[in-house]
Order: sequence, then structure tokens, then C-alpha cells
Amino acid sequence: MGLVYPAGAATVSLLVIGGYMLFHGDGEQFNVGQFLESVSPYAWANIGIAMCIGLSVVGAAWGIFLTGSSIVGGGVKAPRIRTKNLISIIFCEVVAIYGVIMAIVFSSKLNLVGDDEIFSGSNQYTGYALFWGGITVGMCNLICGISVGINGSSAALADAADGSLFVKILVIEIFSSVLGLFGLIIGLLVTQKANEFK
Amino acid sequence: MEGLFFNVNSGYVEGIVRGYRNSLLTGQHYNNLTQCETIDDVKLQLAPAYGDFLAALPPNPSTSALAGKMTDKLVAEFRYVLTQATGSTARFLEYLTYGYMIDNIALLITGTLHERDTRELLERCHPLGWFETLPVLCVATNIEELYNSVLIETPLAGYFKGSLSHQDLDELNIEIVRNTLYKNYLEDFYQFVNTHPDFKGTPTQEVMSELLEFEADRRAINITLNSFGTELSKQERRKLYPEFGKLYPEGSLMLSRADDLESVSLAVSISADYKAFFDAVGLTQGAGFGGGADGKSLEDMFYQKEMEMSKVVFTRQFTPAVVYAWMRLKEQEIRNVTWIAECIAQHQKERIGNFISVF
Repeated sequence: MGLVYPAGAATVSLLVIGGYMLFHGDGEQFNVGQFLESVSPYAWANIGIAMCIGLSVVGAAWGIFLTGSSIVGGGVKAPRIRTKNLISIIFCEVVAIYGVIMAIVFSSKLNLVGDDEIFSGSNQYTGYALFWGGITVGMCNLICGISVGINGSSAALADAADGSLFVKILVIEIFSSVLGLFGLIIGLLVTQKANEFK
Repeated sequence: MEGLFFNVNSGYVEGIVRGYRNSLLTGQHYNNLTQCETIDDVKLQLAPAYGDFLAALPPNPSTSALAGKMTDKLVAEFRYVLTQATGSTARFLEYLTYGYMIDNIALLITGTLHERDTRELLERCHPLGWFETLPVLCVATNIEELYNSVLIETPLAGYFKGSLSHQDLDELNIEIVRNTLYKNYLEDFYQFVNTHPDFKGTPTQEVMSELLEFEADRRAINITLNSFGTELSKQERRKLYPEFGKLYPEGSLMLSRADDLESVSLAVSISADYKAFFDAVGLTQGAGFGGGADGKSLEDMFYQKEMEMSKVVFTRQFTPAVVYAWMRLKEQEIRNVTWIAECIAQHQKERIGNFISVF
């Protein structure tokens, strides 16, 4: 509810500015295509890499706190769960490692080139590929991290109640952790055909 | 969506409470307990679950001392959970203590009305219903003073407001005061779990609504059954029914008009569960209150149902409702052990199996 006023103010100011430009014959200044073309491929590439590693780490951290707090709580009365359930934490951590690997792969495409050459077709393609590849990997890993975290939290509590449940829930947890791998594969495919900046 | 953020503040609390639940006595334990010959044997059997708390008891303790020590453990565990909780979970846990506060206040009001030494009464108050100004109630020598300090200082102020004035406390039966407070408390709690932004649309809302509706219906039925043959008018009786639950509004209306057991069982037939209870204990045929075919009373049936509901609560995650369920289960456990110990102490072994175990 707290966002209603800022959102309203933003909409109104956008309408006013847009209307002003439109009715004063300057409407063409609002040119999405030109904006996209004039943004440097460096910017696209680096934002993509930043999103890739950033979202992955958020996903991993989120998963770890979901799992960790349940392991800590469940471990008070059933200390046997603490070592076994570290595997859930590792599953979450793996998500961040996917992000790191992909960020390294992506950043190998970066190169310094001259001012004029940077806007060539090949470089534009590389910039967009890295941007969207990074977003794909980052979002997949974020969701995967949360999914593994919730599963891991349930696994810890179930293990504390009945030790024989751990392996069964671990299987489900593995399926969640595979989700991140899908993003990784698609991210690789998307950027595979992109050349280095040259 | 509750899974995303619940663990930030309350994951630890939930884990702890699930640990407590796993150490509840199971059917196997109860079997062993029923084989005991003396209270000392019972104490020995309880040692793994209750540990240090029973160590201070003298040999062959009284059943009430045993129950007292078991309650001490429940209180110690609940207090630990309460100190660990923050935010909406802490609010939720505070709501759980209000029920005990109402009992304590009712106890003190009775004491003050009968001009007993309220200091003795303080010893008998439930520790979970303790609040800082409770000893102050002892200082109050008349009802008006008591009313003023209760009204202003406690979290229960809202439940007094609008429903009870200090004239009421003089004239009304204390059970009516208690039930009015409890009605207001249940309605407030119900409102809380249904409207608080942290709980709305989460398992907490679903589970707690169900449990509180059951509690409300149970109270309405019990009030009706207990009011037969008393001076309580139907108009006043109706004011004591909580205004939610499976029986509300049609069932409540029918209950408020009921004159005998048959009309009560007609009123509760809206819900298949309650109808089954009434059928099972034979109240529908007017067979008399409290004696069913297998020796189970209506109250036992309600307890049984409550325990089953509480057990099912643990299938839901990311909700503080597990604390509520655990407390209900633990209280039932204390009642069970007290029953078994009492049977052993009085050599009534044939009735020893009359306890409620769901694990």
C-alpha cells in the first residue's frame, strides 16, 4: 500500500512530460530504438555479467538462510541432523558457483576495442547475448536457490522428526537444484555463438 | 509465498518447537506408564522426557506435584520460544498467553469477592498467564479498584471494554465474566490471524481459523450444556457465544434457544463432526450426560478431536500455528500422565486406559 502514492506521482509526471513533448512537436525525441542503439555494447555485456553473478548469489544466500535457520532450530533437539543437512547448504552454494562460472565464461568475451569499432554488428550481437544470457542464468539461479532452500528447510525438519525421510526428501531437493543447471546450459548456448569484442 | 520470508525471523522458533513435539510421549510410552505400580515408577518412566524437572520431587510425590513439575517444563520451554520470537510470531505467542491471563484474573476476582487472602491465590495462578501487574491485583481490596487496575494495565483491557463494567463484576457470576472475556479473546485472536498481513493467505490463517473455530464451537456447546438448570437467561447466554465458528450463525441461534439436550444435538447437527460426537456419547437419545458406550464423555470426544487437529497442524510448515498445536498436545500429555498417576495412586487400574494419545 505504501507504494501507491509514488507510483501515482511517477505515472502523472510521465504523462505530463510525454504530453508536453507530443504537443510541442518533439514527440520523436522519445525514441526507443535510437536509445538501444546508442547504448554501448560494453554496458550491455557488463550489466549482463553483473546480473548473472549478482542474482545467483542472492538466490544462494536466500536458500542458505531458509535452510540454515531450520537446521539450527531442528538441530537443538536432534543434533544428529546437523552434519547430514549440510548437504542442503552445499546445494544452495552450488547455485552461486554456477553464477561464478558463467560470469567468468561471459567476461572472457570482453576486450578493449577502438571507439568506432565497438558499434559494429558483431559487437552489438555480443553485447546483447551477454546481457540476456546473464539475465537467464541469474533468474534461473535465483529461483533455483529459493526452491532448494525451501526444500532443504523441510528436509532438515523432516529429518529431525524421522531419520528415514532424509534420503527421500533429498531426491526432491536434487530435482530443484537441477533447475539452475537448465539456466546454465541455456546461458552457455546463447553466448556460444557470440564472438569476442573486436 | 510464506516460505520466502517466514524463516528470516521465525525459522529457528519453528525448528525448536518441532523438536519439542518430537519428544512428546507416544503410545509406547503410555503403555509402559500404565504398567507402573507406584508413582515412583511413573517418575522413572518420565525421566527421559522430563529430565531435570522431575529430579527435585521427593520419593512418591503427589500427582499434583508431578503435574506441577511437568507444567513447569512446558512453561520453561514456552518462555524460551517466546524470548526467541520476534515480529508477528511474537505477537502470535503473546496471544496464546492471554487465555491463561483470563483464568488468572478470574481466579483473583473470585478470591477478592470472597475476601480470601489473594497472596495465596497468586501461588495458584498459571505461570504462563503471569503479567507484571498481576501482584498489584492483590493489593486491590474492592472490586472497583481491581477493575481499574485490570482495565488499564493489562493486555486484556480491550476485552473488558464495552462488555463488562465494575458493576457487572459484583453482580455477575464469575463464570460469566470469564466466558465473556474468553469470547472477546477468541474473537480478537481470530481477527488477528485472519487480518494480519503476515498471516493473511498463509497456512497460519487456514490452520488457526480451523482450530479457533473448533474452540469457539466447543465453548458455545459447553456453555449451553452447563447452563441448563441455572439462572442464566437465554438472552445472556447468547451473548457468551463467540461470533464465529462452524456453528455461527444458525447453530448459535439454535443453541441460544435450546432448552434441553435434544435441541442442542439438533443445533450441532449442522456439523457432521459434532453430530458424530453427540451420537457416540448417546446424548441424542437423552441417555444422560457424560456416559457413553465406551466410557467416553463428550469432553473426551472434544479433546480427542482437538488432539487430532493439533497433530495434523505439524504437516504444515512456515507457520507459528505449530506452537499453538504443541502447547495443546503438551497440556493433554500432562492431563494424561496426571490421570494415569491418579489411577495408580488410588488403585483404580481398570480405568487407567481412559487417556487420549494420538502419536
